[in-house]
Amino acid sequence: MLETLSARLQAIATRLRGQARLTEADLDVALREVRLALLEADVHFRVVKTFVARIRARAIGSAVLDGVRPGHQVIKLVHEELVDILGGERHVLRLGPPPGPAVVLLVGLQGSGKTTSAAKLAVRLRRDGHRPLLVAADVYRPAAVEQLIRLGDQVGIEVVTGPTGTPPAAIAEAGLFAARGGGADVVIVDTAGRQHMDQPMMAELEGLVSALQPTESLLVVDAMTGQEAVRVAETFHATLPLTGLILTKMDGDARGGAALSMRSVTGIPIAYVGTGEGMDALEAFHPDRLAQRILGMGDIVTLVERAQEGMDREEAERAAQRILESRFTLEDFRSQLQQVKRMGPIGQLLEMVPGAAGLAGAAQAAVDDGELRRVEAIIDSMTPTERREPHLIKAARRRRIAVGSGTSVAHVNRLLRQFEEMQKLVRQLGSGGSRPGHAPRLPGR
Amino acid sequence: MTAMSRLGAGLGARLRAALGADRAADEAAWAEVEEVLVAADLGPRLAAGVVAGARGRTAGGGVSAHAAIAAELGERLRRVPHQPFVVGPSPSVILVVGVNGSGKTTTAAKLAARFQKEGRSVILAAADTYRPGAVEQLRLWGDRLGIGVVAQRAGADPAAVAFDAVAAGVARGTDVVIVDTAGRLQTAHDLMAELAKVRRVITRQRPDQPRHVLLVMDATTGQNGLSQAETFLAEAGVTGIVLAKMDGTAKGGVALAVVDQFGIPIAFTAYGEELGDLAPFNPAAYLDWLLAA
Repeated sequence: MLETLSARLQAIATRLRGQARLTEADLDVALREVRLALLEADVHFRVVKTFVARIRARAIGSAVLDGVRPGHQVIKLVHEELVDILGGERHVLRLGPPPGPAVVLLVGLQGSGKTTSAAKLAVRLRRDGHRPLLVAADVYRPAAVEQLIRLGDQVGIEVVTGPTGTPPAAIAEAGLFAARGGGADVVIVDTAGRQHMDQPMMAELEGLVSALQPTESLLVVDAMTGQEAVRVAETFHATLPLTGLILTKMDGDARGGAALSMRSVTGIPIAYVGTGEGMDALEAFHPDRLAQRILGMGDIVTLVERAQEGMDREEAERAAQRILESRFTLEDFRSQLQQVKRMGPIGQLLEMVPGAAGLAGAAQAAVDDGELRRVEAIIDSMTPTERREPHLIKAARRRRIAVGSGTSVAHVNRLLRQFEEMQKLVRQLGSGGSRPGHAPRLPGR
Repeated sequence: MTAMSRLGAGLGARLRAALGADRAADEAAWAEVEEVLVAADLGPRLAAGVVAGARGRTAGGGVSAHAAIAAELGERLRRVPHQPFVVGPSPSVILVVGVNGSGKTTTAAKLAARFQKEGRSVILAAADTYRPGAVEQLRLWGDRLGIGVVAQRAGADPAAVAFDAVAAGVARGTDVVIVDTAGRLQTAHDLMAELAKVRRVITRQRPDQPRHVLLVMDATTGQNGLSQAETFLAEAGVTGIVLAKMDGTAKGGVALAVVDQFGIPIAFTAYGEELGDLAPFNPAAYLDWLLAA
């Protein structure tokens, strides 16, 4: 729906191709696009203003205007500035010297994802060699305590809480006591969601801070937050102060401009990014990746990581081996499809491919998971023999497979044709004489 | 509308500061108005459109800039037919959908309280079988209201829960069945397909249902609200927006962009943690608050 900034800037760059220098009028056009894209990404309007002014100053002040590809130079400048604002280095939690325990306080608006983030953070810290303990101090939202207890059960981390009506500070103190007794070195305190303008609730947070002396107070922020994000961060920061941000729901298509704004205005670093429903979906923050996402430049690093997680290494090697031996069957094809599916929706994958972000919407419609599912259904409707020897599949079998998979004979025909093409290619690769470990020769070389 | 008194400051002071006392606003003043609208999350396109429209209205003279902005926004809101929220025939099914943390469960409870107050019988369906504690949360609200909650074990098929609830509604002659669903990001295709199935199952049972599909949107949401509306409209057939958490400082401007772009009306605003903190959306009162207060 939204054109990405990089796509728009690329268009300008194309138009300017051949021009030796970027005129100020061209720069104005480019910067208007930058402004629009940043606002659509929910970057705060004041941040956008100063940002655009800085780009203009740098573009005019440097040799950029004489660049060979002036449009691309603007993209590069914008990217550099974004990364600069987001902070070059990662924020590593300071969990204090032993014996501890260190206290990590999670705060935020209602529904920002504190409880889920608390459990995910505990899992992450445990993986980093810590012994975390969770404290359920959200005594307001019905069943919030229940939610954390369940999550704790699920991931095998102790959750401390108190009877209904216990003040949050008392529950947290009990958590500290339990941590000392049980040898936990980090206590993660989940607090109730609150509006930043709610004085009594903010006062309660102040009380928690003075009682617990947290080494880290993290604001949990929904990546989809709009222009109010800055005020929210400023108010929480003035009350606590904050030491870092956790950006949640980044597995959606929010561009995350709010995070950039909060970082820019308050200087608070982004520590973690929530990227999925699973309890292990909390990633360290990478400034350059968010900058690329805001720009719509694609996130090739995440794509590669996602691919590594989704692909079963042995499976991939087995398939490669079979390709080289020209034994690649429809069964192998199906298992490859399943691996691609494990990496996430095709559209989301394409968003991460540089230059393909603009295609993602159209591609999603064309090659969406429905198409994948159809191909899978067709292969599932074949007998094992048919999968190994597709040449057996004549008209009658095709009709049976079409009925069995809820598709049409045309679909089956197309799949078989595509597979045949693939096999031809595979045969050429295989007959090239390559052995595993050697790059296969491409046809025609 | 009394609900408006529960909200914070609107844009009035900032608009007055931008426009000054002059009837004829200059270029800089209009630029500032655009900023004020962007800051309220209307998004750069709608903000620019409103300013262009308002400027056109002031061109002939005789209309103040402030009145022109109100007229322009008002017309855009009125373009989407705003009907009173009615339920019936029984059982009327209301499907409550939205992204994670937008306030669906609380909204479902508030809707239940509202219909109960009107003297209608209500069933709540806990079709969020995914988030730990979600069923308990809805049960607690149900206990508080004395309203039956249809639920299954954690991890159950949400469509099955919805089916049970509708069946119970038919059997008991209940007026309203409110189905609370799990939060899902609109980019999660499997989960969106699951939601479409919940809807399908309800319709298969009662062809004229669900009567309403309400997309609960957090008022602090930025421009991603447009993407939410687009996908939930396509997959779940959203009929109205509930603009939740309006008791903060956010203005909920993205909902105006949703109305403008997708023609989905705003059905309710919600503004607090009490069961009574929900009111039908009143476009005129909302604009009065937004632009004057």
